Amino acid sequence: MNNEGVDKSKRQFLTTALTVVGAVGTGYIAVPFLAQMQPSVKAMAAGAPVEVDISKMEPGQLLRVAWRGKPVWILNRTPEVLATLKTLDSELRDPLSDESEQPPSSKNPVRSIKPEIFVAVGLCTHLGCSPTFRPEIAPNDLGNKWNGGFFCPCHGSWFDLAGRVYRGVPAPTNLVIPPYRYVTDTQLIIGEPSEEKTA
Amino acid sequence: MKSFITILLLLLTLSFGVHASEEVKLQEANINLTDKASLLRGANHYVTYCLGCHSAKYMRYLRIALDAGVDEKTVLKDIAPEGASIYDQLHSAMNKHDAEKWFGTQPPDLSLIARSRGADWLYSYLKSYYIEPGSPRGVNNLIFEDTAMPNPLWQLQGEQHAVSRKTIWGEYTELVLEEPGTLSEREFDLFVNDLVNFLVYVGEPVQMERQSMGKYVIIFLFMFLVIAYLLKKEYWKDVH
Amino acid sequence: MKPSRLTDCGNWVLDRFPLTKFWNEHMAHYYAPKNFNFFYFFGSLALLVLVIQIVTGILLTMNYKPDAKLAFDSVEYIMRDVPWGWLVRYMHSTGASAFFIVIYLHMFRGLIYGSFKHPRELIWIFGMLLFVALMAEAFMGYLLPWGQMSYWGAQVIISLFSAIPVIGDELSLWIRGDYVVADATLNRFFAFHVIAVPLVLIMLVFMHIIALHEVGSNNPDGVEIKESKDPWGHPVDGIPFHPYYTVKDIVGVAVFFLFFATVIFYMPEMGGYFLEHANFIPADPMKTPEHIAPVWYFTPFYSILRAIPDKFAGVIAMGGSIVVLFLLPWLDRCKVKSIRYRGGIFKKALLLFVISFIGLGYLGTQPVTPVATIFARLFTAIYFGFFMLMPIYTRWEKTKPVPKSLTKIHSLEEQLHTLEEQLPALLDEITELKPVDTEIGHPAFKSSFFTRRPNPEGMINVINRLAKKLKESLD
Repeated sequence: MNNEGVDKSKRQFLTTALTVVGAVGTGYIAVPFLAQMQPSVKAMAAGAPVEVDISKMEPGQLLRVAWRGKPVWILNRTPEVLATLKTLDSELRDPLSDESEQPPSSKNPVRSIKPEIFVAVGLCTHLGCSPTFRPEIAPNDLGNKWNGGFFCPCHGSWFDLAGRVYRGVPAPTNLVIPPYRYVTDTQLIIGEPSEEKTA
Repeated sequence: MKSFITILLLLLTLSFGVHASEEVKLQEANINLTDKASLLRGANHYVTYCLGCHSAKYMRYLRIALDAGVDEKTVLKDIAPEGASIYDQLHSAMNKHDAEKWFGTQPPDLSLIARSRGADWLYSYLKSYYIEPGSPRGVNNLIFEDTAMPNPLWQLQGEQHAVSRKTIWGEYTELVLEEPGTLSEREFDLFVNDLVNFLVYVGEPVQMERQSMGKYVIIFLFMFLVIAYLLKKEYWKDVH
Repeated sequence: MKPSRLTDCGNWVLDRFPLTKFWNEHMAHYYAPKNFNFFYFFGSLALLVLVIQIVTGILLTMNYKPDAKLAFDSVEYIMRDVPWGWLVRYMHSTGASAFFIVIYLHMFRGLIYGSFKHPRELIWIFGMLLFVALMAEAFMGYLLPWGQMSYWGAQVIISLFSAIPVIGDELSLWIRGDYVVADATLNRFFAFHVIAVPLVLIMLVFMHIIALHEVGSNNPDGVEIKESKDPWGHPVDGIPFHPYYTVKDIVGVAVFFLFFATVIFYMPEMGGYFLEHANFIPADPMKTPEHIAPVWYFTPFYSILRAIPDKFAGVIAMGGSIVVLFLLPWLDRCKVKSIRYRGGIFKKALLLFVISFIGLGYLGTQPVTPVATIFARLFTAIYFGFFMLMPIYTRWEKTKPVPKSLTKIHSLEEQLHTLEEQLPALLDEITELKPVDTEIGHPAFKSSFFTRRPNPEGMINVINRLAKKLKESLD
């Protein structure tokens, strides 16, 4: 063996070049390996938009449907509920939904396209439990301040019947409103955005 | 020693030439997966003539739309049966119990038929039905004897009869068209070819993408090889 | 350079963990003979393929379902609906065949250069255990796609155990966990394939390498490099594994990946050898495919099984064909390691063995015919004869003197260069120049037109010379 007269810089250059090309190659193979953990076409098929018929809904009734495997609530709100919602702003963290997630068509105080029909993803924005529907006013366990809403049993977050979060609870933002649109007056499609932008 | 090995190898090749020639010669299908129009025609034929009994349950209409480069609405309108969603797989409407009653067996799913049988076999099979009076279905097939499937394309092809011919090499059977169908012979060949082309595609929808991707991978690996070789050469200058 | 936070952190680890020691022992200060040739790539490649199989295997388990009702569907789900699932699956299926190609060449290397001989018997034993574990791994993995070949292949192989007297039927029942291959079998094979056998494989690979690095690598000359050392205690004919063999093995890796990628992207079925056609039909316990053959890498042993007309004897012969490989270090009585210096009788025996092994492999993929059976029996006899007669014919081998140190290596470049030099002379010999008679031309130009024609005499000469060379190399 003979180490004299070795062109060190050439070795260094080739080593670097090979390392770079090798790293790029590893990167190329890592992409498909990681991407194969993305949702498959089957999952996407299950996440396809869902049609809901609301013609038979009575006032005050809550309907649960699955969209992308998540519970989606459809609530037919009574005029009394809508009246109460207007009085709550001071107790809420984000009454105008500026920091919350919703399609533009639902970014209004009642958080819906049609005021009476409320649609929301039924998962708490804190850590993903599904809150319970508690429409009654001032029940024993929740106390006098309860004006009807959604209560998360996991960590005690409060939401009103427009999915808006109260102050002083763990959940950071209002409940998520999924994209949805009306096909007819009594037919909803959840998962497809509404074209008209009602503010 | 040497001649012994030669004889051995010679005999070996001879012994396997013999049994290979017994099978019926297959006709060659012209498979071209880049011919999107042919794939779409094939998809159409499949839904019209095959899907009644044979599902292709691993194939989604969405995939056809993506790979053939047509939009989803066109696929739903032109190819998929009414009421199907773009995410649906090519399911058959046939009831399994009825199928067993009618054919004695369940019609197989055809998603992978091209991978298990091969394109040429399918092409030849679909063209090799002939009238056989006295057999339970009235027809038989040269390629797949006593097949449970009646000829689904007889209206298009017409009726073929088997004629036995003798040559100096032996006897063979030839099919002769006796009553023409709604398609001419050339049109029918094209029809079957489109259908088989589609089935080959359905067997492995990714194959086009795979092949077009392969060349880039190989070019990249060549680059890697060249640098690796130069580095090796550089280091091995030390070794005498 | 100032010691940065990063090197500080590194040193903190190195003070507490023998990483440097490990690196030096097995890479930087591990001295390997400098004359490794083509056959010495396959050890590192086998390790590479093992890594590929483990990584792609883990990814496959994320979507595969070991359930007789769902398994076949889940494989097609991976092929179609999972993003990039087809690539991962093809890498795994091609990797299985690649593993055996690499391993067979690796074993052949050991056979021709005597790498199994003293003091490397234990390395060979570990290697053989690895081979057996690999066969188990491949066999159980092949059931998982739950196609017709998977199902009936497993049915046949498990039934082999029923040939064992007294306990056979109970044993095969116990392996299957059902009266036929069924959901229970699939589920337990999945457990073995994804965790039990891979753990054994990794452990054996570790022991195989540790044992190798204890005694040092053999080489194509079969000379022990440790016997002549320089004043610093390093073998004169040795070079540190790192960087010399790391950079060389990377070249091997690149070439391997070129072949690997070509198969994956252009011929993943490999004409029905890597993925068998009948395996695209879901398993049907009511109907055996017309022709069942194991995957190509099992066919030599499968041929031996079929060649023996008795069930129990067939199983014994098949098992024996693998057991006999374990005994190789003690069957070969010749002191000389490398085939370069061994006698003609061993070279001839080895040639016959290779022919019969490949012959058995080919026969195993074909349906049984009377002629094929005769050949299979002949090849089986040669296979066993090669090993069982070894203690006799190797004892009187006329070996050539083994050099004290390694002989000069002819690198590929040099070999190509000499070939290039010889080519014109060769061309001249096998062709002849003939003047062309031009009828219209002037007589003065007549001799200036030549054409090259093949010269039968010259060709025969060249072939004779080649044959003589081949014969000499066999003596």
